[in-house]
Amino acid sequence: MNKEERNKKYLAYVSSKSPKTREWPTLFYAFVIGGLICCFGQLVNDTLQMWFPAMTETELGAWTLIVIIFITCVLTGIGVFDDIARFAGAGTIIPITGFANSICSSAIEFRREGIIFGMCAKMFTVAGPVIVCAVVSSTLVGIVYLLI
Amino acid sequence: MLLTYLKVFLTGGIICLIGQILITKTKMTSARILVLFMCLGVFLEGVGIYQYVVDFGKAGATVPIIGFGRTLAKGVIKDVSTKGFLGIFTGGLAATAAGIAASVIFSFFVALIFHSKTKHS
Repeated sequence: MNKEERNKKYLAYVSSKSPKTREWPTLFYAFVIGGLICCFGQLVNDTLQMWFPAMTETELGAWTLIVIIFITCVLTGIGVFDDIARFAGAGTIIPITGFANSICSSAIEFRREGIIFGMCAKMFTVAGPVIVCAVVSSTLVGIVYLLI
Repeated sequence: MLLTYLKVFLTGGIICLIGQILITKTKMTSARILVLFMCLGVFLEGVGIYQYVVDFGKAGATVPIIGFGRTLAKGVIKDVSTKGFLGIFTGGLAATAAGIAASVIFSFFVALIFHSKTKHS
């Protein structure tokens, strides 16, 4: 048996043994949970607008994100968020909850390695690439807008 | 009122659905998905399409990470038009400072208060 054939057989064996995630329920949960989180954001936005009519749209958006991020961090801390994320999949990753959760869970996980080089340094294992890519790509947008 | 929430739900749901399809089809990790969607938001705002999505879906378009990229690009574009070259450096992070700072601050204190539990898988 040559190497290539063996690899192919092995991969087929692995995929036959690994647990199948059923696709349709996952897609459905991602859709519903994602939609609900966004609806909650809209609810926060509308409530704030009612309480503080003087706020501009940008300020409202920022406060909405802050409220959602706060709730996500607390839920991550008490361990509830993992349970929701397990069946919601992308429904919790794609909204800003995923960004906040990635920072918060890394912070909690690496806390045992110390405050400075554990928690503070490794907080950004997932969020760091996101911020770097966003800054770099927005710089390109800025250059294009400067030229035209 | 109810129609607005329906639009928000649909927009947010569909964006998450696209993300879930990408995860199931390509086995991308969540970090890659976040990076991809963020860059997509920057690109769409740069081209000028995303404003229409925001007008339609409101929080359904701004709460997903695409909205984060969009805010960044929007800040850069705004600052470039007022400050010129310096705007490329100052615009983006200034516009998203609230989100990033909130994540860092709350995470810091939550991590100080709650201890790491062994994951019950």
